[in-house]
Amino acid sequence: MPSRRSIAATGVAALIATAIGIALSYAIHWFPVQASTQAKNTDTLYHVLAIASIPIFVLVVTVILFSVWHFRMKPGQELQDGPPIHGNTRLEVLWTAFPAALLLGLVSYSFVVLHDNERKPAGKEIVVEVTGQQFAWTYQYPPSVTGGAPFSSTQLYLPNNESVDFAIRSKDVIHAFWIPAFRLQIDAVPGITTHYRATPDRIGSYPVVCNLLCGVGHSTMRSTVHVVAPARFEAWVRSGGASQSSTG
Amino acid sequence: MRTTLAKLRAPGLYRAGLGFAIGIAFATAITWVVRSSTGHATFHHYLSGDAILTVSLIASPIFFLVGLGGFDYWLYWAAGRPTRPEDHSSHGAHSWKDYFRINTDHKVIGIQYTVTAFFFLLVGGLLAMLMRAQLAQPGAQFVDANTYNGLFSVHASLLIFLFVIPVFAGLANYVLPLMIGAPDMAFPRLNALSYWLLPLAGLMMLSSFLAPGGAFADGWTAYTPLSIDAPIGQDFFSIGVQLAGASSIMTALNFLVTIITMRAPGMSFFRMPLLVWANFATSLLVVIATPFIAASQFFVLLDHALGFNFFNAGKGGDVLMYQHVFWFYSHPAVYIMMLPGFGIISEVIAVKARKPIFGYRMMAFSLLAIVALGFTVWAHHMFTSGMASWIRIPMAITTAIIAVPTGIKIFSWLATLWRGILHLDTPMLFALGFLTTFTLGGISGVMLAMVPFDIHVSASYFIVAHIHYVLFGGSLMTIFAGVYYWFPKMTGRTFDERLGKWHFWTTFVFFNLTFAPMHILGLEGMPRRVATYASKFADLNLFISIASFALGLSTLIFVYNIVTSWRGGPRAAANPWRGLTLEWQVSSPPPIFNFDRVPTVVGGPYEYGVPGAVHGIFAPAPVPATVGGGAPVTTGGGVHAPSE
Ligand SMILES: [Cu+2]
Ligand SMILES: [Cu+2]
Repeated sequence: MPSRRSIAATGVAALIATAIGIALSYAIHWFPVQASTQAKNTDTLYHVLAIASIPIFVLVVTVILFSVWHFRMKPGQELQDGPPIHGNTRLEVLWTAFPAALLLGLVSYSFVVLHDNERKPAGKEIVVEVTGQQFAWTYQYPPSVTGGAPFSSTQLYLPNNESVDFAIRSKDVIHAFWIPAFRLQIDAVPGITTHYRATPDRIGSYPVVCNLLCGVGHSTMRSTVHVVAPARFEAWVRSGGASQSSTG
Repeated sequence: MRTTLAKLRAPGLYRAGLGFAIGIAFATAITWVVRSSTGHATFHHYLSGDAILTVSLIASPIFFLVGLGGFDYWLYWAAGRPTRPEDHSSHGAHSWKDYFRINTDHKVIGIQYTVTAFFFLLVGGLLAMLMRAQLAQPGAQFVDANTYNGLFSVHASLLIFLFVIPVFAGLANYVLPLMIGAPDMAFPRLNALSYWLLPLAGLMMLSSFLAPGGAFADGWTAYTPLSIDAPIGQDFFSIGVQLAGASSIMTALNFLVTIITMRAPGMSFFRMPLLVWANFATSLLVVIATPFIAASQFFVLLDHALGFNFFNAGKGGDVLMYQHVFWFYSHPAVYIMMLPGFGIISEVIAVKARKPIFGYRMMAFSLLAIVALGFTVWAHHMFTSGMASWIRIPMAITTAIIAVPTGIKIFSWLATLWRGILHLDTPMLFALGFLTTFTLGGISGVMLAMVPFDIHVSASYFIVAHIHYVLFGGSLMTIFAGVYYWFPKMTGRTFDERLGKWHFWTTFVFFNLTFAPMHILGLEGMPRRVATYASKFADLNLFISIASFALGLSTLIFVYNIVTSWRGGPRAAANPWRGLTLEWQVSSPPPIFNFDRVPTVVGGPYEYGVPGAVHGIFAPAPVPATVGGGAPVTTGGGVHAPSE
């Protein structure tokens, strides 16, 4: 039986490792920039998941390393066996109930985030229709946005701080409309229209990526979303989506 | 010397080759007859290369198996001719040639399975190396996009259907009958047939690279409608999966009947080793789930070859239905590829820590819990598919909860280590390595259950990282542990321990260097299944490619060790690890009919440290074992009573 001191020292080491792990999970640059309110919620969820996961991983590794250190076979033990411990009901109940409670807590929290991310915000909301086809995205701005004739463009412009409801379709096979800076994606499925809602909150240009294998051109089926000030967006719409070189 | 004609008439590879040729002729004839007898516009050519090829893919494997002799017994019986009673003369393997014919000995079949599976591991790994060569730089032109899409599709298909699933079936084929004290599997002929379907399935998938238009190139997931419009290579997958799936189902039925009906006297369910429990649970999964992927690929085949429009939205088809049917198999498949590994780890850790498995009953029950829950989570692969959004809620809850039984297993293994006497040799190192890497794969799996997070990373490189932590860091680590652990039993030889340790450390280090950075790529926004990528991902990808080449090389240590040890390693003792389970109580390799005296099980399988405990005893006087109504078996020696 290892001494209380070595167990305590190992416990302290595990706590330090956990603290370092959690600090690292904040220090590492995991994500692209946050450019939507949804991105902030999802990143917070990610950090909570990391905080919940790191102690569990550290626990597993600590027990393994401690066992390797203390219980490895020493000379003279070649023919010996360990103590015949068959189980411990209390411990087994504990490691069933505690993870179950933790997991239910985390999944409940994820539903709160999901609800926040998908809820229609109070302010103005525009609709942009997205069409995927091998191997390009096109964007239609309906009359509700243009105030006149609808137009379509290969450019995606969005007004900053306004909610946008993407209505996504496909002309051929399944694509996935992914905007990593928004942390949002959904498939473009032939025959149905899918949706998601984003509120961009950072001016800039970000990649749009097809994230579902759609054929030989899949790798290059990329586009760009330009989040611009509302006034600039109005001007762009009035010009009928004329291609603009500068962004920002 | 037999004449060529006699060779062509006797069951074996020559007649199988003849059958294969007849299969192609049959396919050509039936295509011509059907096309010329109908005036339908679709059939405006009497002969169509595509049609003949597709029909050949179905017909020639069946004719091959008939030629090989896989159906001889049943055909004789069906034709009312005298069947040839099994005289067991084909049991055992006396030369390497015996592995290339129909053989009903579970030990021969176990080795056929395992070696075939490892062949496909090497081929699949080689395809991965080609992929990493392409991905070393953005915009590289090592292969074109279509070939690249074929590479990852065939890579995944081979490693799932021809490596992980069958290698577990192969290891269990060898050791499971021994562990329960049975002379063989319940249905030896079915066992032989289920093995021979595998090389056919694998070669079919691999040969799709030669098909016009290239290999199937829409991933192992074959999502419609992309797969419907694909070139003929798609049929090599649709039909190859039928063969591999049929093999899986036959073996699972065989395991279930063997476990239920052929346990030695005294071996109650709760005296079974956990490897047996694990294969019992896995077989339940296979029997219930595998028909769903067979169906999904039948639908694709009918859509692809005959225009049935099951999945054509423009013709009333339902695109998302494909994904539901596909994942109804393919989520449980994750557990089909993991539970047998859990069984292996339980065997290795109990023996190498010299302690009883902590919480044996909970270990068995958690396997059954995973089987039940495993059927309730499939749509977590579809959180971003556009399916009805409410389905995400229950599926996220079940996905989170299925981590509980898995957690029970991990904690129980840790508790088994506690205060044991740890033999840190190669099998144990792989078991401990498995515990760490699989825990990481489990954690990223729980993260993916969280819908908003999954919405971001679904189908990204984060998924590639997760799946490889589960299937490489999980399954493959357990497979290596199992192969080293039973190598002395299966070959009668001892492997080189020093090389084994080298293999472990190189695999463990380069595995993590290869796959850990992929998490970051996915979070940063790199999609999977791309032949090129944005330049900001270049540095990490180059790093990953270099690490993956080292990982590939580490496998050569394994191959070298296994090949040289098998050919000329030191003779292995019957029970080198001092294990209590029955397979260690017979010689290495075991006698032809496993047990010269029928064992009686008198206690649990892991009673290490209990003074005087034994799992099985052998009757004091030799009892002639009889197999299937044949003659009494008398083979000399090889029985070692447990010495405690
Ligand atoms: Cu696409
Ligand atoms: Cu799944």
